[in-house]
Amino acid sequence: MTTTTEAAGTGRAEVGKARLRKEDNHLITGRSRFTDNMVLPGMLHLALVRSPYAHARITAIDVSEALASPGVITVLTGADVAGEQGSLPNAWPITPDQKAPAHPAIAVDEVAFAGEVVACIVGRTAAAARDAVELVDVSYDELPVVLDLEEAATDAVLAHTSLESNRSATWVFDSGEAGTGKPIADALAGAEVLIERTFHQQRLIPAFMEPRSTVVDPTGEQIIMWSATQVPHILRLMLALTLGIPESKVRVIAPDVGGGFGGKLQVTPEEIITVLAARHTGKPCKYTETRSESLQAAHHGRAQVQRLRLSATREGIVTGLDVNLLADMGAYLGLVTSGVPILGAFMFNSIYKFPAYRFECTNVFTNKAWTDAYRGAGRPEATFAIERLMDELAVELGMDPLELREKNWIKHEEFPFTTVCGLEYDSGNYEAATAKALELFDYDGLRAEQAQRRAANDPVQLGIGISTFTEMCGLAPSRVLGALSYGAGGWEHAQVRVLPTGNIEVVTGSSAHGQGHETAWSQLVADKLGVPFENVEVLHGDTQISQRGLDTYGSRSLVVGGMAVLAAADKVIDKAKVVAAHLMEASEDDIEFSAGAFTVKGTDRSTSLGEIALATFAAHNLPDGFEPNLDSDATFDPVSFSFPHGTHLAAMEVDTETGAVHIRKYVCVDDIGVVVNPLIVEGQVHGGLAQGIAQALYEEAVYDDAGTLVTGSFVDYLVPSAPDLPHYITGRTETPSTTNQLGAKGVGEAGTIASTPAIVNGVLDAVRHLGVKDILMPCSPSRVWRALEEAKTAGTNTTGGVQ
Amino acid sequence: MASSISITVDVDGVSYTDDVEPRLLLVQYLRERLGKTGTLIGCDTTNCGACTVHLDGVSVKSCTMFAVQADGHTVTTIEGMAQNGKLSPLQEAFHQCHALQCGFCTPGMIMQSASLLAENPHPTEDEIRDGLEGNLCRCTGYQNIVAAVKSVADGVEYGDSGVSATIEDTRTGALS
Repeated sequence: MTTTTEAAGTGRAEVGKARLRKEDNHLITGRSRFTDNMVLPGMLHLALVRSPYAHARITAIDVSEALASPGVITVLTGADVAGEQGSLPNAWPITPDQKAPAHPAIAVDEVAFAGEVVACIVGRTAAAARDAVELVDVSYDELPVVLDLEEAATDAVLAHTSLESNRSATWVFDSGEAGTGKPIADALAGAEVLIERTFHQQRLIPAFMEPRSTVVDPTGEQIIMWSATQVPHILRLMLALTLGIPESKVRVIAPDVGGGFGGKLQVTPEEIITVLAARHTGKPCKYTETRSESLQAAHHGRAQVQRLRLSATREGIVTGLDVNLLADMGAYLGLVTSGVPILGAFMFNSIYKFPAYRFECTNVFTNKAWTDAYRGAGRPEATFAIERLMDELAVELGMDPLELREKNWIKHEEFPFTTVCGLEYDSGNYEAATAKALELFDYDGLRAEQAQRRAANDPVQLGIGISTFTEMCGLAPSRVLGALSYGAGGWEHAQVRVLPTGNIEVVTGSSAHGQGHETAWSQLVADKLGVPFENVEVLHGDTQISQRGLDTYGSRSLVVGGMAVLAAADKVIDKAKVVAAHLMEASEDDIEFSAGAFTVKGTDRSTSLGEIALATFAAHNLPDGFEPNLDSDATFDPVSFSFPHGTHLAAMEVDTETGAVHIRKYVCVDDIGVVVNPLIVEGQVHGGLAQGIAQALYEEAVYDDAGTLVTGSFVDYLVPSAPDLPHYITGRTETPSTTNQLGAKGVGEAGTIASTPAIVNGVLDAVRHLGVKDILMPCSPSRVWRALEEAKTAGTNTTGGVQ
Repeated sequence: MASSISITVDVDGVSYTDDVEPRLLLVQYLRERLGKTGTLIGCDTTNCGACTVHLDGVSVKSCTMFAVQADGHTVTTIEGMAQNGKLSPLQEAFHQCHALQCGFCTPGMIMQSASLLAENPHPTEDEIRDGLEGNLCRCTGYQNIVAAVKSVADGVEYGDSGVSATIEDTRTGALS
């Protein structure tokens, strides 16, 4: 076993090395800097009054008793701040006629989900503020609620009285019209086999471990905000736009951030309210949510109904896919809520050569917490659908599901390949990843055991779940985002600063929350500039230090942010060459740079980056007109997405007497191109797998008929713990991306995207011979047991999902 | 609010005497009164384990105890785990095994793991997983946390840098 990737001839010492993380020490010793640890002199504390109703008109709010409560400084209602709180931003109007209700941080006259903020208590202590929450007397007129997505789409009940319809927007992609493929109508009409299914993507909660927390210091004319956010730069801009503060007066700092998974990619009401409270009191204010508040009111993910039609030939060649989605926005549009299904639109064809494709999505409001990006954002939903459909087609045709996939996927020699969505996949080798996965899994052996168990009518049946996948990483080329009506670009910024000692400071616009940027970026720069890994410091997460950036989400950090770092480092080398030539009295064209040394070609005259840095700092002897520093910055806009891929295999045991599901073996082989740090990559895969498996087996946000979140604590919302998850067997193949200089593809969401369908396909494969055709996620013991019972009752003719 | 009660608690080797409200949770006392912010709060239902500390050497969730219940007892937090500037074996193992990402669950995980090993010095992987059931992690998928605890149980010595060969071997060929 080696810990270094094959990078022969590249001179890479660091890239590919399993470096231990620079980030760890303060986290393992309890010296962390999470926002809630922050204490400022004179700091006040907030507690929020939240609506118990999912839909109601606010008729009166009496705060007198709360104001009289000991330690309460002030109470803010929606009416108190109506003129200054603005409407929370949606940055992705997917269609010109998109409908959206205004979204005040504190509701003014109507609440549209249980948990919406109706008042803010500002207290001397957190306890004082919380004590007063119950003392705010809010009078509500209850309004009808609409919770079910399909019912909401009928407009029988409106989620907002200010809207005429619950439909926010409908977005369509048609390969026939786009000229990227054939018309879907022809494919469906000519289908020899037609698979029609409806899948439900249950509502999930990102459930980052660190509850959201915000501290705002209204020092002087500047607002300084510390926040548990993934997006400090975007947050700064949006605070400025929402509250009408000049951007230059806002500084956002994301200190240690305890996980995000998309859930902290938001401009939250709580952040806006903390600014309002700080401005009203003139004092630093802190708000930290409880877990119950987090589950109730931080944004949720997934929540789609997917109606699908897949056409194919009898030989198993897919001829077309028609996708019709309803996507649950919840009560409001968050920052990128409306665009999440659109990200998925480009991934339904996955790794396959579909000749015809149509996608139509309608975004619908309901009286639930709003949805937005959650790990994978649209792409897990798409991959689940197509991988479930491929299994259904294989069953229909009596074909091995792997053989069916092979017949349809893009062959290694066919890259680059333009998909039916018009995306160009630069590289991929699905054959290699699949072969390696099969080898690690013992596919034939487990199939033989499965046959034995079936023959013996074993109460514990074995199923094999397969999922192949690709994801669209490196969000995103700005021109593509523009074409999709997103409000910003997809570039990233970096600065490389050469200190007089030759030590390096890297400033990155990516903002880490567990991904190990400090370590990985140090490795990149150590190789590029030929300096020791230890001599590189990475600075991030503070808009006053990292002045430009578009932050961290969508597996963009390395393939966009990392490329910006490399581009900036290239400029450092170019500048240093000028000085090197001057100092060694040579022509710039004769200077060669390698491993930290600048050498005059064909001579032994050489100088180091450190020596040049010191000479540049002293500035005693520089070329005429040379600006005395080596610092450089770069803004990198990717030319294309990157497309990591992989093959995941799950051996699932299902106890047919109890419905209990057990993961017997889980193998995944991911191809993420060139790997910078295999240790970090592997950790990302493990964490992703846990979240994808959780969707398949454990997690679901459940509301009662009144719109109250039933899974409002970790007692009910089942984030899996250590004994719930298996020991993963992970492997890698490496097909470099051709669209960036490193050849990297990104890894953040791979585990999540592929594992959900692998697990569900495996569960179904275990019990399909008993007549079960589908089971709604999460495949809890009760759902599996009931599906088996219903199959018994119905013979083998159960259809559709089982509630 | 009821009047304050005086308590004396030994925390990480220092004796503290404070007047506290009866309702003050131990975790709040540690964080807000003593400034020991290494102990974190992740939930309000005693499920996540981020607040795990040792009370007289045994792991407890400090959000489930009142500060007054710690009166006369000894508390060890994550800040008390490293001794004389040297990381405890579990802290070192968490670093070496990449058993943390965002690091929010990490103090609780380390404290719970220490208690688990004190009770069962040679646990199997399943016993480790069961022992960590009350501590939630959203980043690591638990595999590297389990590997870290196992490595300490197995007496793995780590060098100055790089990953121990034993830990590499538990990684099932992932780095091939």
